[in-house]
Amino acid sequence: MNSMSTVSTDDGLMTLRPLLEIRSISCNYDLEPAVFDLSLTVYRGEQVCLLGPSGCGKTTVLRAIAGFHMVLAGGIFINNQQVSAPGAMVPPEARRVGMVFQDHALFPHMSVHQNVASGLRSLSAGEQKTAVDDMLDRMDISSHAEKYPHELSGGQQQRVALARALAPKPLLLLMDEPFSSLDQELREYMGQEVSDMLKENDITCVMVTHDQNDAFALGDRVGVMADGAIVQWDTPYNLYHQPRTHFVADFIGNGIFLPGTVSGSSRVATALGELESDEELDRAADTPIEVLLRPDDVVHDPEGSIRATVRRRAFKGAEIMYTLRTVEGITLLALFPSHANYEIGDEVSVRLAVDHLVVFDRDPED
Amino acid sequence: MPVAAVLIFAFGDSGDIWEHLVKTSLFGYVKTTLWLMLGVGVSVFVTGVSTAWVVTMCRFPGRKVFEWLLLLPLAMPAYVIAYAYTDFLEYAGPVQGLLRTVFGWQSARDYLFPEIRSLGGAIMMMGLVLYPYVYLLARSAFLEQSVNVLEASRTLGRGPWRTFSTVSLPAARPAIAIGVSLALMETLNDYGTVDFFAVYTMTAGLVDVWLGMGSLAGGAQIATTILVFVVLLIMLERVSRRHQKLYQQASSRYKPLPAYRLRGAKAAAAFAACALPVLAGFLIPVAVLGRLTLIYFDRAWTPEFQVYVFNSVALSAAAAIIALAIALFVAYSRRLHGGKILAFGTRVATLGYAVPGAVLAVGILVPFAAFDNAVDALLRQYLGISSGLLLSGTVGAVLFAYVVRFLAIAMGQVESSLEKVSPSMDMAARTLGYRAGQTLVRYHLPLIRGGMLTAAMIVFVDCMKELPATLLLRPFNFDTLATHVYEFASDEMLGEASLGSLTIVGVGLIPVVLLSRMISRTRQALGESAAQT
Repeated sequence: MNSMSTVSTDDGLMTLRPLLEIRSISCNYDLEPAVFDLSLTVYRGEQVCLLGPSGCGKTTVLRAIAGFHMVLAGGIFINNQQVSAPGAMVPPEARRVGMVFQDHALFPHMSVHQNVASGLRSLSAGEQKTAVDDMLDRMDISSHAEKYPHELSGGQQQRVALARALAPKPLLLLMDEPFSSLDQELREYMGQEVSDMLKENDITCVMVTHDQNDAFALGDRVGVMADGAIVQWDTPYNLYHQPRTHFVADFIGNGIFLPGTVSGSSRVATALGELESDEELDRAADTPIEVLLRPDDVVHDPEGSIRATVRRRAFKGAEIMYTLRTVEGITLLALFPSHANYEIGDEVSVRLAVDHLVVFDRDPED
Repeated sequence: MPVAAVLIFAFGDSGDIWEHLVKTSLFGYVKTTLWLMLGVGVSVFVTGVSTAWVVTMCRFPGRKVFEWLLLLPLAMPAYVIAYAYTDFLEYAGPVQGLLRTVFGWQSARDYLFPEIRSLGGAIMMMGLVLYPYVYLLARSAFLEQSVNVLEASRTLGRGPWRTFSTVSLPAARPAIAIGVSLALMETLNDYGTVDFFAVYTMTAGLVDVWLGMGSLAGGAQIATTILVFVVLLIMLERVSRRHQKLYQQASSRYKPLPAYRLRGAKAAAAFAACALPVLAGFLIPVAVLGRLTLIYFDRAWTPEFQVYVFNSVALSAAAAIIALAIALFVAYSRRLHGGKILAFGTRVATLGYAVPGAVLAVGILVPFAAFDNAVDALLRQYLGISSGLLLSGTVGAVLFAYVVRFLAIAMGQVESSLEKVSPSMDMAARTLGYRAGQTLVRYHLPLIRGGMLTAAMIVFVDCMKELPATLLLRPFNFDTLATHVYEFASDEMLGEASLGSLTIVGVGLIPVVLLSRMISRTRQALGESAAQT
C-alpha cells in the first residue's frame, strides 16, 4: 500500500506514511459480533487511542492487531504487509508488535533484567545485556534490575512492562488499559511521562482505554468507539468541543442537553431564550433539536437573565461544579470559580456563553 | 467410553441372568444400596455441617487445631476403617473384653452388643470417613458468607440459632449438597467395606455376579443400574454447583466473621462435637491398626509385601504421570483454542470420578476383551498362533482404569492453576517472539509447578487406595497394597492386613496435609489483603 497522506500539523504541511492500516474488519467475540466494518489508519510516530465504554469492542480490535484474534472480514496491514485476513494470520510472535497489559503481565519467576531480556533472545548475551541496560536506564529503573516483579511498586512495574515491550524495538506498541491498575495521582503522572517518552523516541502506539483522561493525555488522535464501531475519530479538542453524535457528547466530559427548535438559519429557540451559533445549523425551521451545554458554557453573572437554585455542589478545589435548577424547571451543570461560593438552596443568576452551538436532532416526544 | 461399553453390553447380550437377577437379588441390592446411601447421607450431613459450623462460627479452646484435625479421616479408606473397627469391637476385641471384665459377664449370651458387621455398621464406617467432604465445602461456604448478611440478621432480632437455621444454612445449602453428593459417589464406589460386612449393595452384587457367577453380562446389567444412581448424583452436584455460584459471590474483601465466644459447658460441648469424629474416624482406628501392626509385624513384613508396595507405587506413579500429561495437554489446548466442543469433551472426560470403580472395570473389560478376542481370532486364522490376552487382565487395563477415574482430579488442579496465570501473560510472551509451545515450557510450567505437583500427589494417593477396579482388572497373581489388604481381611487375617492398611493411611495423609496447608494459606492471604485495606 502506498497511500500517502498529507495532513496539517502545527509545523505546517508534512507527508506521513501509514504504519498500521485496518481495512473494514469485522470480528466476533465468543461467537457474538463484536466489531463491524471498522477501519482506521495510524501514521508512523503517531500515538492514537481507542476510547469507549466496556464492551464496545476496543480490546477486540487491539487483540486483532496483535494477532490474538481472527478477523472475519477485511484486513490488517502493518508496515504495508498484510498480517490478518480471513483465514490468513501471521502469528503474534512474528508481527513485531510490543504490548503492555492492564495487569502488566510481568513474568513473576523472572527478575526485572530477565523480564526485559525475554524478547531479545536473537541477540548474543553481550548484546542482550547492553540493550537491557540501555532500556532500564531510559526507563529510570536501572537500580531495580535484579529485583523480582512482586518487590516493585505499581509505577515501577509499569516501567518494566514498558521496557520489556520496547526492548525488541517493535514496529508498533500496543497498550491495553495500561494505567488502570495505578492509583489516580500516579496515573496522571505516568500518563504524562509515557507520552513524553513515546514522543521523544518516535514510537508509534495504539492504546485502548475507557478513561478519557488517559486518552487525552496520550492520544494525538482518539477514536471513540460504541457497539463495535468508531463513532468519531478526532483530536481530543474536537471530541470535546465538536462531538458529532449525542453519544460522544455524553461520553466525553460533562454537560446537559437543552431541548429547543430551529428558529433561524443559525438560531435556536429554547426555554432559556434564543441562542445564536457562529455557523449555519443546516436544518429546516421548527426542526426539534437539542443543544449541548458544557458546564463552562454556563457563566456566573449577577446581571444574568437566567434565575436558578443550587441543587447540588461538588467542590473541586479551584472550581466548584454546581447542579442548578432554573425557574423554567431545567437542570444545568455549571462550573464556577471557587470564590463564587453558594450553598444548596441559594439563588443564583447565570447566563449562557456559547458561540458555537453543538446541536443534535431530537425526537419530539422526548 | 467405558460407560458406553457398559450400556451397549448390558442391553445387547442379556441372557437369562438379568431375569434371574430381577427375580432374586436385584431388588435386594437396590434396597440395601438405598438404605446405605440414605444412612451415609444423613450421617455425613449431620457430622459435616455441625463441625463446620462450630469451627467457623464459634471460638473455643482447640478450634484452630480442629480446623485441620477434622480433615484427617479423609486419609482413611472406608475398608481400612472397617477392618480396624471389626477388630476393635469383635467378641475377643478390647471393647467387649473390657465390658466383660467390668460387668463380670461370662459369654456373649449375657449381654447384647450390636454387630458391627451389618448395614448399620457400614453406614457408621462410611459416615466416619466421608463426612470431611461435607465439612470442607460447608466450612468454606460459611466462611465466604457475607458478614453483613449475618449481622443484618442479628440486628433484625434473630438469635444465633435462628440466624444459623434461617440464614447460614440455607445459603450454604448448595455447597452442602455438593459435599453430600461427593460422599454418596464414594459410597457407591465402595466395595471393600460392604463386602467385608456382607452388606449386599449393588456394587457388591456386581462383583459377586462377575467373579462368583462368572457372568460379565450380568455384571454389566447391575452396572447399568448403578449408573442410573450415578447420573442422578451428578445432576445433583451440577445443579448445586450452579446455585453455589449465585450464593457464594465471593466478596473480595475478607472480614473476620463475628464469632460466638463459648465458655464452660458450651465450650466443652463444642470441643466434644469436634473431637468425636476425629477420634472415631482417625485416632482410634490408627491406634488399633498400630497395635495389630506391632503384634503381627514379623508375619506381615515379607518379601511379598515389598513387592506389593512396589506394585502400588509404580502403578500409582505411572497413572499420576499419565493423568497429568493428558490434563496438561487438554487444559493447554483449551486455553489456546477455547472451543465449545473441547469444553464439552473435557466435561465428558472428567465424569470418570463419579463412576464407581467396579462399573468402570466392567466398562473397560468389555471392549478390551472384545479386542483381544478379535486379535486372537485373526492371528489364529492366519498364522495359527494364539495371541492370548493383550489388553484385558494386564497391568495396562488397571492403569487405564486409574487414569479414567482420576483424570478429573488432575484436570481440575491443572486448570485452576493455569487459570491463575493471567491470559495477558500468554500474550506478553507471544508478542515477545515465543511460539505457543515455547510459552508453555518457558513461562507456564514454572508458574504452575506447585499445582501440578499437588495434582500428581492426589492422583497418586487415590490410586494407592483404589480397590474395586484393581481387584477386578488386575492380572492373575498380581497384587497391590489395596488388594493385598483386602485379601487378608477376607480371610479374617486382620493382623496380617494391618501393616498394609496403615501404610495406605500413611500415604493417604499426604494430600490431607497438603489440603490443610492450602486452607491455612488462603486464610493468611485473605487476612493479609484485609490488613492492607
